[in-house]
Amino acid sequence: MPFGLLKYGLSRRYPARRDIPPPKDLKPAYDVVIVGGGGHGLATAYYLAKTWGIRDVAVLEKGYLGGGNTARNTAVIRSNYITPDSVRFYKEAVELYTGLARELGYNLMFSQRGQLTLAHSDATLRTFRMRAEVGKLCGTRIEVVDRKTIREIVPCLNMAHERYPIQAGLWHPDGGTGRHDAVAWGYAARAAELGVELHQRTEVTGFQRAGDTVTAVETDRGTVKCGQVVQAVSGMSSVVAKMAGLGLPIRTFPLQAMVTQPLKPFLDPLVSSTALHCYVSQTARGELVIGGGSDPYELYSTRSTLDLKESLIGHALEMFPFLSEVRLLRQWAGMTDMTPDYSPIMGASPLRNYWLDAGWGTWGFKATPVSGKYMAETVARQSVPEAIRPFRLERFATFDLVNEMGATAASH
Amino acid sequence: MKIMHCPLNGPRNISEFACHGEVIPMPDPGALDDRAWAEHVWFANNTAGVVREWWCHLPTSFWFIAERNTLTDEILRTYGAEAVFAERVDFEAGDTDK
Repeated sequence: MPFGLLKYGLSRRYPARRDIPPPKDLKPAYDVVIVGGGGHGLATAYYLAKTWGIRDVAVLEKGYLGGGNTARNTAVIRSNYITPDSVRFYKEAVELYTGLARELGYNLMFSQRGQLTLAHSDATLRTFRMRAEVGKLCGTRIEVVDRKTIREIVPCLNMAHERYPIQAGLWHPDGGTGRHDAVAWGYAARAAELGVELHQRTEVTGFQRAGDTVTAVETDRGTVKCGQVVQAVSGMSSVVAKMAGLGLPIRTFPLQAMVTQPLKPFLDPLVSSTALHCYVSQTARGELVIGGGSDPYELYSTRSTLDLKESLIGHALEMFPFLSEVRLLRQWAGMTDMTPDYSPIMGASPLRNYWLDAGWGTWGFKATPVSGKYMAETVARQSVPEAIRPFRLERFATFDLVNEMGATAASH
Repeated sequence: MKIMHCPLNGPRNISEFACHGEVIPMPDPGALDDRAWAEHVWFANNTAGVVREWWCHLPTSFWFIAERNTLTDEILRTYGAEAVFAERVDFEAGDTDK
């Protein structure tokens, strides 16, 4: 059997399948240049080629595909926000995820196990009621549940908090997780098949402008002329926008997360607590993913700190005390581009042909398909679709904020 | 544990401090149009590199200025606000609404 396997591996009749073609030189010009080869950039490239037939597209990535914050989030997919604009937007994201594995021919391990958020105070419960009603109005599955139902959904949850007694929960059966790397790779593979060029290890160093138009993108591998540019660089939104001469209402903070050793399956849904600033889910491998709020001060770094880990673990243990002997397997941090209202910035910039997909803070992964879809439509039609107009940069000038501060999983 | 040197209280655990954003010049509110005012309220330089920020030592409510590097997480210097603000800022001076 091992020899048979070796023979199979070495046989020329079964060449290794490449998901993306080998690298080649940059062309002198592209119709569309997408800065950032994470989930959002790759999804935008895919929908540009597939839905709109625009295939003269280059995705420029300074590292490797999906190697930035696409790989550093905690893979949560949900739509239990508080404003109708956000709920409708993220609901469409969840719907796109349900059919995405089949569409891309890639196993995304999308698993809708539901998300339970815990209220430890009357104030939180009031916002839960509002979120549930807004969610029902927009057609998502969401309801406020009592302690008895919480015990049925998560039997192993510690209901006897002394400091933060659990009052009620917000149960969102549509919530789930997906395999974040596979989402990026799936979009990359299918976009490349359609003729999109993926250039890894190609760092954008500047933009050439003529008035309010970007004419060329400068990279460390040469300069390329461009018809339109999409910026999709989470964690570096301000830095790249500054190269184009734009300011943004974004501050960048690290967000730390960790994974424990694998355990037998005991936790089906995702559980998060607003007061404890902590959320826990169990992966298909049995590992527990533990995440929380962003770091307390701005930083362009993915370093980890012991004190934040300690407080996060302390909070996770308040929810599941029996995990006290479990060891950590991995820990890491991502960079989150936080906006003042905890909503993204999508669509037009002050430049005519420079489109923004920025400010994705702690809510970017779940929006990957829907942001790709609408960013592609924005580029193809050179006008911003109605669905993402609430998230325009201009909202800050007119004070039309889309406040989602209370509905991010672990309020910061 | 990360240590920050408070100009008033000396070296303390950074968990005792809160960061309140970059030191930016206060524009004249009377002379600003709405767009410039909105940018002053919402926008941030978000510099990748050395920044000068307002920090507060929470137990003593002592406000001061810190210089730190946002790429390396190093605190370079901390000093009292009097080093930057030598005289009182008069917010009323340019107010034309009255």
